[in-house]
Parts: sequence; structure tokens; C-alpha cells
Amino acid sequence: MTIQKDNPFPCDEETSTKAVAVHCKGITKAYGSGSEVVNALNGINLEVRTGELTMLVGPSGCGKTTLISIMAGILDQDEGDCVLFGKSFKSMSDLEKTRYRGAQVGFVFQSFNLIPTLTAAENVAVPLLIRKIDRKTAVEKAGETLKNVGLGDRLNALPAQLSGGQQQRVAIARALVHDPRLIVCDEPTSALDHETGFRIMELLQYAALCADRALVIVTHDPRIFDFADRIAKMDDGRIVEVFDSPEDMKE
Amino acid sequence: MRFVAIKMLVGDRAKYLGIVMGLAFASFLITEQLAIFTGLMTRTFGFITDTAIADIWVMDPKVQFVDDIKPMQDMQLYRTRGVDGVEWAVPLYKGLLKAKLENGNYQTVIVIGLDDATLIGSPPVMLKGQAADLRRSEAVIVDTVGAAGKLSKPSPVPGQKRIPLAIGDTLEINDNRASVAGICKVSRTFQSQPVIYTTYSRATTFAPKERKLLSFVLVKAKPGEDVKALASRIKAVTGLAAYTRDEFKELTIRYYMKYTGIPINFGMAVLLGFIVGTAIAGQTFYSFTLENLRHFGTLKAMGTTNKTLLGMIVLQALMVGSIGYGIGVGAATAFGKLVKDTELAFRLPWQLLVITAVAISLICVFAALLSIRKVMKLEPAIVFKT
Repeated sequence: MTIQKDNPFPCDEETSTKAVAVHCKGITKAYGSGSEVVNALNGINLEVRTGELTMLVGPSGCGKTTLISIMAGILDQDEGDCVLFGKSFKSMSDLEKTRYRGAQVGFVFQSFNLIPTLTAAENVAVPLLIRKIDRKTAVEKAGETLKNVGLGDRLNALPAQLSGGQQQRVAIARALVHDPRLIVCDEPTSALDHETGFRIMELLQYAALCADRALVIVTHDPRIFDFADRIAKMDDGRIVEVFDSPEDMKE
Repeated sequence: MRFVAIKMLVGDRAKYLGIVMGLAFASFLITEQLAIFTGLMTRTFGFITDTAIADIWVMDPKVQFVDDIKPMQDMQLYRTRGVDGVEWAVPLYKGLLKAKLENGNYQTVIVIGLDDATLIGSPPVMLKGQAADLRRSEAVIVDTVGAAGKLSKPSPVPGQKRIPLAIGDTLEINDNRASVAGICKVSRTFQSQPVIYTTYSRATTFAPKERKLLSFVLVKAKPGEDVKALASRIKAVTGLAAYTRDEFKELTIRYYMKYTGIPINFGMAVLLGFIVGTAIAGQTFYSFTLENLRHFGTLKAMGTTNKTLLGMIVLQALMVGSIGYGIGVGAATAFGKLVKDTELAFRLPWQLLVITAVAISLICVFAALLSIRKVMKLEPAIVFKT
């Protein structure tokens, strides 16, 4: 399994001008109702910048997944607003939000969420098919993206025929194939062993991160904190601290 | 996304086959039961169809269907002939009589007595001999199914196949000798009794002595005459019932539909097919959707609109529906071919295919609606739940 030496992903190598990718202001979110209400987020303010790998860390149930769901536009907040590349989700209809998400957001999931009956190339082609690109072109582009994540020889393999690490590579290729500006990853390494997880993080850092794209990773795996540019520590639905480097957090 | 929908569906072989087989079974059962029902109903008026030459059937006003014989006096024939617009009118005897076979057994047969002079109403297809042979002494024409079945002779060699009744063979009808002069092919009767054609005068000799023996008067309208108007006129002048061919068929079907348990029995079988199909296909399709809910959620998160997801589910339902329908209807047609020459009534007009298609579409719509409701309400955020 080899990753191409020259980064083939269309990223601008210039990383000095970091723009705001996501700006969350006063986000609150509660689940349930009446006496059984659970406040998942309590007034979150957070900026995610392009060219940076931001990690959301914290104990289970602290609201990390709820926050990236809102950032990615797949969950509505109760109060506050989340602005993604200058566009507020609040001002969009459900259809606009769905289309914007399809164009601007890539997803990497803990359990990969690959469609088991599609081959690796077909799975990767899905975001392009959603954008109505014809199947032949989509699968060709998916094949190229898979080559770039080191799976050029497994294009026609079904997910069940791939290892966990390979499946996560397919998922990463799927998140990258349509060149989105925000990639959200939920516990991308927790289903993998240490070494595979490390390689996946290397791949994400190498392939996904670039000047005009932001990467947000939710994790509670301390072994991968070193890959972060910024770390937002959450607890009880709040951001308790934002560290500008993993070293700051260690200190 | 059509491609993704199809691959999601056919990739899960067990579920895919389960849904298709459920729909195929429903389609087969509905088509087959309806075809047998139609076949049976067609048999009820088979004799009217075979006697296509008559425009109008005249009978006692109390007759409810073609086999409900309420004999009239012979003079009714002459009264009918006297009505304006009648080209010709001939008598017809129809009755159930007992035939004694060569081996001494008795068999109930349907005896049809045709006008001696014209032989109008003779069998539609003659396989051996000809209708004119009825003019010979003691002559009868026997239908081929009856001749080869209930009227056949035992083989002289024990254990061998029975020997069909043939020209020259004799039987006794009500103690009167009858000699087979021909073999014909007629529409199968509802009672499945052998049909024996003879002349009117001979039939009335066979029949037990009664004051009234005329079963029907067959009428041909003069050229250009309105048949319905003529039937009304015959009714008004004679006080008898007079029906056009189609009206008499309808009267017969209505009787069977209203006074026999046939529609309810077949209706139950069809309903059962529909319910079983809905249960199997609907439940399997819904469970297929439930199992794929995470993937639908993923597609939704990645930007697939509800409209596209709806299209995907409808396409999946249409696909299994069409394949299941095709297999079921194909199997029913093959079944029909297989039982073509047996006692089983089977008739498959195109209208039945449409009815089955509608039923299968309803099952698919029901199955798809359950799934669509689930997917439309799906929160894409479920993708982050492990």
C-alpha cells in the first residue's frame, strides 16, 4: 500500500492566509423534552480555520458529535448560528442546506458507513453521483482518488473484502472526491488498531488538509492529538479551552 | 443515483429474492385464481357461445340461467315465429338425462335437441362425422371430452386405458337406443357432464314424457333489424322472456355470482394472495429499508435530497414489482398451458393481467410507502451514531 509521493489533491500549498471556515456563535442544543431534557450544547462559540486540522476532544457525551453535526449542517441547533464559508445554515431552507452540504462538506465516519453492495470505486463515486455527474466519469474520478489513497489495486473490491484500515481509506477518498471545503471526521481511528489509525491520520493530514479546506476531527484518542493544529477541549456541552498546539495541551 | 438504488437492492441477494418471490407468489396466486374463476364463469355460458347463430333466446320468463330449464309448450315456437322482424325461429331441447353405458353403468348427460329440419344450433366443431348424420336413425353426436372420459368404455384388458366412445358405438338414453354418429368439440360445461346432440324430435323421445318439452326458441332477426328491439317485441307479444345472446350470458353470470359461493370462494383466494404478497413483500422490503437506514442517512448527510431518495425507493419498488409480476404471470400462463386439456377451467384474458398488475402495484406502493415514510423522516445526524 503506497501513497503517491506528489500530493495529487488539488490543494493550494500556501497556508499563510488562514480564513474562517466555520464560525459558531452561541450554539445551544437540547434533546428530549420536559423533565427529561438533556442539554447537549450550552452556548458554543468556536472558529474553525482553513488550512488547519481542528480536533474536538473530551469525554463521551460532552457534545462533540452534536457540535460537528451542526457544523456540517446535518443537525439544527436550538439557538445561535453556524456560518460555513460565509453562509449561515439558519438562512437556508432544508433543500439548500442539503445541496450546500453535498458541495461543501465531506464526511468520514467511525464505522466507515460504506454501502456494502457497492465496490470501493462505486462508493467513492457516490458524492459525484449525488451531484449528477455521469456514472462513467464519476467512477473514473473515484478510481483516481482511490489510487491517491493507496488503493489503486482494490477498485473493484467490496467493503467486506477490505480491512478496516482500507475501508477507512475508501471513506477518506469518498470525503475528498468532490473536493469539499470542510471535512468532518467522527472518531476516524477508534475502530482501528494503533498503527493503522496513525497511518489514517497521516493520510488525512497529507491528503485532506490544504489552505482552502478545513478539517475537523472528533476524537477521544489521545494518541492522535499530535496531528492537530488546534484542539478544542469540550466538557458538559461547553468548550472549556482551546489550545493552539498539542504541546500547549500537554503543558 | 438510480445505479446506487439498484445495486443496493440486488446486492442483498436474500432480501431481493425474498421480495421478488413474495411478489411473484402473490402475482401467480391472484392471476391463477382469477383465471380459474373466469374459466368457470365462461363455462356457465359456454353453450350460449357455441350456439352463436341465434340472435335471440326465447324462454320461460322464470328462467334464471342457461341450465335452469323451465319447459314451454310447443305452441310458443309458432307465436314467436309470428312476431314482426323474426327471420326464423327454431326449437331447442336441453335437458339432463341418464345414459346407460355398454358396461351397465349410468351417466348423466346433457342432451341437446336441434330443430329436425335445419339442425340449427349444431356443434361448433365436428371432429368426426358431420352434423347432417343426425338425420340417420338413432343418431347422436357426442362431445370428445365426454366420449374419452365419462362415456368411455373399459378396456377388455384389465389395467389398460379406457377406450373412448367412437362412431358406431351405442348407448341407451332413458331406455332408448342411441348410436354415435359423430364426435364434436364443444365448450366445456359448468357441470362437466358429457354433451350429446341429437334432433329435437329424438331428444323429446329420450326425455321423460311431459306436457311441455320446449326448452328454448332460437331466433334470428331479419337483416337490418335491431336485435334488442326485436327481443323487446317478442317479450311484449308472447309474454315470454327474450334475451339477446350477450344479455343471456350476463343473466347466467349474474345468477352464478349472486346465488353460488363461487365468487366468494375465489375472492377469498385472491384476497389471500394479495394479503400474503403484501405481508411477505411489504415486510421484507420494509426490513430491507430498515437495514439500509444508516446508508440512506449517509446519502442524506452527503447531500442527497429527499426527492432523490424517494425516487430511489420508488425505483427499487418498481423493479421488484415488475420482476415479481413477470415471474408470477409467466408461471400462471405456463400453468394455464399445462392444464389446457384437463377438467380445470382456466381462462386468461388480458384484463386479468391488468387486474394483477394493479394489485401488485398496490402491494409495491404499500411496501414503498412504509419505507419512504421512514427515510423521509430520517435525521441525517444518525450517521454519527455507532
